[in-house]
Amino acid sequence: MGLVDLDAAFRVSNIEQVFQELDRELVGLQPIKTRIKEIAALLLVARVREERGLVTERPTLHMSFTGRPGTGKTTVAMRMARILHGLGYVRKGHLVVATRDDLVGQYVGHTAPKTKETIKRAMGGVLFIDEAYYLYRPENERDYGQEAIEMLLQVMENQREDLVVILAGYKDRMETFFHSNPGFHSRIAHHLDFPDYALQELMAIADLMLAQQHYSFDDESRHAFREYLELRMAQPHFANARSVRNAVDRAKLRQANRLVRQGGSVPETELARLDSADIRKSRVFKDGREGQDG
Amino acid sequence: MRITQGTFSYLPDLTDEQIKAQVQYCLDNEWAVSVEYTDDPHPRNAYWDMWGLPMFDAKDPAAIMLEVNACRKAFPNHYVKVNGYDRRYGRQTTALSFLVNRPAEEPGFRLEREEAQDRVVRYKLHAYATEKPKGKRYGD
Repeated sequence: MGLVDLDAAFRVSNIEQVFQELDRELVGLQPIKTRIKEIAALLLVARVREERGLVTERPTLHMSFTGRPGTGKTTVAMRMARILHGLGYVRKGHLVVATRDDLVGQYVGHTAPKTKETIKRAMGGVLFIDEAYYLYRPENERDYGQEAIEMLLQVMENQREDLVVILAGYKDRMETFFHSNPGFHSRIAHHLDFPDYALQELMAIADLMLAQQHYSFDDESRHAFREYLELRMAQPHFANARSVRNAVDRAKLRQANRLVRQGGSVPETELARLDSADIRKSRVFKDGREGQDG
Repeated sequence: MRITQGTFSYLPDLTDEQIKAQVQYCLDNEWAVSVEYTDDPHPRNAYWDMWGLPMFDAKDPAAIMLEVNACRKAFPNHYVKVNGYDRRYGRQTTALSFLVNRPAEEPGFRLEREEAQDRVVRYKLHAYATEKPKGKRYGD
């Protein structure tokens, strides 16, 4: 038996680059990154085994991503598609995002073609079904969602080499969904649970977002933003990274307003700097009014 | 009589792998791929029935094979062809077209001669299959 160069196989697959991007562009999410690397290792070894003629059943690749909003499920799914493409498990590596609307029709005979269209679009790539539990409505037994579920199950089983399905949503609701659709549960190999971000990680995310758009905090505004996040996290409908993005967008808006109102000529650095006033004007500081990003 | 037409008329029938490769070529060129079927074998029959709409947003041949196989299953004894339509301005035409399914038995054609004025002879191709109504021509 000869030696097998795993490093070479790893290099050829180009996934090192995706890993680096994962580490660089996604803050935190350590358990997820570890799981992805484990899955990638499994797939790499399976690929090499296959090349060596060792009997390997094609690994099941369908996954479920659970976690609260804004924890990076879609972003990771996009990276996952590239990893699977790099390892040769999907031919094209594109990601098609679908929700109930894209799969379930509104009248008899409308669902099957709709689901088929979406599946066809995703062939050779990854089909990402967001809030998958909406497909199943137990309270309405004539709901067309069941039809879409059956088609999906069939494709997930029979065309494993053409399509990878990732289901995503809140953890508890996904569990209920899997409980009432055991067919899905048994066809999904990897369950990834996305943890909420800690305050420190949210700050890092904000810094990363600002850096990408050539803005920056000064010391005071950084402090203000931290206070903002503390208040915001305690409020309902906090959506992790998405809330951070909204808050950053609003701060940019206020900064632009402030500069225009101020008029005259401003130093170039002012265009990039967010002032603490831009953040402290947020509604979150004024009152505990619920439910809005602001 | 084995009827041939389209891009690969001089070749034996393509296997599924070869069909996939051709479809991939279409997709690489951003041609919209469509599936059509008919049971009228006349070479000048331009009006084939469409099997669904042309697939403008498919990215992978597997999606087209899904429709090809569905059409073969529904019409096992019809002619089925795959077309690649190049929609680029200046071309806007079918760029590639080949048969992917044919009836088990193809009875072929009869040549008819018609005497016209001044000893002119006109020739006509008559497909035996078309003696029966549409949908009953190849025993299905």
